Amino acid sequence: MRTALLTKAPSLRQRVRDGFFRDRSANVRVADLVRGTSLRCRLPELAGKSVAIATGSQLTAGLALIELDGVARRLLILPPDVDPSHLPALFASAEIDAVVTDGETAAHPEFDLPLRVDVGAEIALTDRLPEPARDTEWVMLTSGTTGVPKLLAHSLAALTGAIKPAASNDLVVWGTFYDIRRYGGLQIFLRAVLGGASLVLSRAGEPIADHLDRLAQYGVTHLSGTPSHWRRALMSPDLHKIVPRYVRLSGEIADQTVLDSLRTAFPSASVGHAYASTEAGVAFEVTDGLAGMPQSYFDVDRDGVEMKIEDGSLRIRSPRRASHYIGSDAVLTDADGFVDSGDMLELRGDRYVFAGRRGGIINIGGLKVHPEEIEAVINRHPKVRMSLVRPKASPITGAIVIADVVLESGAAVEADEIGVVKGDILKLCRDTLPRHKVPAAISIVPSLDVAATGKLARRHKVQG
Amino acid sequence: MSVKLTIANQMAEIAREHGKTLAPLRDDTVLLDSGLDSLGFAVLVARLEDRLGVDPFTASDDAQFPVTFGDFVKVYENGAAH
Repeated sequence: MRTALLTKAPSLRQRVRDGFFRDRSANVRVADLVRGTSLRCRLPELAGKSVAIATGSQLTAGLALIELDGVARRLLILPPDVDPSHLPALFASAEIDAVVTDGETAAHPEFDLPLRVDVGAEIALTDRLPEPARDTEWVMLTSGTTGVPKLLAHSLAALTGAIKPAASNDLVVWGTFYDIRRYGGLQIFLRAVLGGASLVLSRAGEPIADHLDRLAQYGVTHLSGTPSHWRRALMSPDLHKIVPRYVRLSGEIADQTVLDSLRTAFPSASVGHAYASTEAGVAFEVTDGLAGMPQSYFDVDRDGVEMKIEDGSLRIRSPRRASHYIGSDAVLTDADGFVDSGDMLELRGDRYVFAGRRGGIINIGGLKVHPEEIEAVINRHPKVRMSLVRPKASPITGAIVIADVVLESGAAVEADEIGVVKGDILKLCRDTLPRHKVPAAISIVPSLDVAATGKLARRHKVQG
Repeated sequence: MSVKLTIANQMAEIAREHGKTLAPLRDDTVLLDSGLDSLGFAVLVARLEDRLGVDPFTASDDAQFPVTFGDFVKVYENGAAH
């Protein structure tokens, strides 16, 4: 008869192999964690707890994740840009009773828990490592748009479902522009740890030139980022310093321009774009250098991942998906177990290409924007009757927002006053909205289409 | 107005709107050091499409991402000529 202990999957610490974590100020041999701790020997206190990872640096967050998997009941991974005003609600939902911080953690009352443990980039030998006793829940924030982000629980098995054993013994050095506390970056962290590869991480506010210098210095072979990260890197005079063998894009839709530019910049590298979401997990990777994906991806069950299109959007049934929401009644899958990605697909020739988001949600360099939020601000202007905010394709950030505005009849619409009204509206937006939500351009239009539902007619397509 | 001057004026305006300080623009000024960030350049490309009638990065099949201000101006001068 098998005992519960035997059926538990190996913890991340038990799967650590070789490799180094490096950032601007630290250089840590990961295998030292097999007999050591970065938690000042306080790991046993965290056993069975729900622990928030609230470090300032990615590197210390990575060390804490390795140590706490199999030990903590639950790990809440806080991304660096989490809105501090959401912390009380997030901590309550996730039933957080301990927090891991480092020297760079910003001050916040939520972090002052009785059980607060500091993690550092120094690993001390210890004989007090607790036995892994449970399958830890890994909890990530949805890249939400407005309000408190939702919490999604994953198992380590689901998070690592797309990671294949290393094909060769060639030295691999991973780099990521994507923070490892977001789903796309976490994939790279886990690939490095399980593959025994090194991982070069950036620090908050580090200029891209410095990051590229360090990637070059450590001989990065595999490098990952969103299309927006890559476009920024392609504008750097230092990009030629690195010679990766593998270039990966994920987190946003990769267009043909960025794929072609990467092919030109790195002629000997293989370039792949992966489709993944915090909800559905890693669904597939396309490596033929073309945007979109072959129609044939839908014909077969690929490594247990099934896909279909319903009402125009991509649906994914996958063992790699999140298991459930925490602290929310929201439903993750339909009755058949498919997650609706909200990404709309169109067939062009024999390929499916992405055609924007359902509900008009706009993705600006990885930041999701609800057009309604911006329209509400514009509509506060006394001369505005109604407005429609829509995406416009951008070669730099994937999309930007622009606004069509209908003025009140009777409002001054003399040609020379239109500029003034536009300026007023933009000022209103700038005063109330974060920069990426301020429309890049405003057009005054005579009318807007209203659908039969009485709502503004939103086309889901990104206008070119 | 020359393409170069239009671009420089737009960059100055966007820097002002975004509360950034624009570096003096020379042909060899590295765009990432100019003071505008990715969002600033996204807005710039959209505004230039309005002013100049072309988005050369999206229109062209072999667009290269520009590194310096001089490269950037050249992409638009070539794009406008087509």
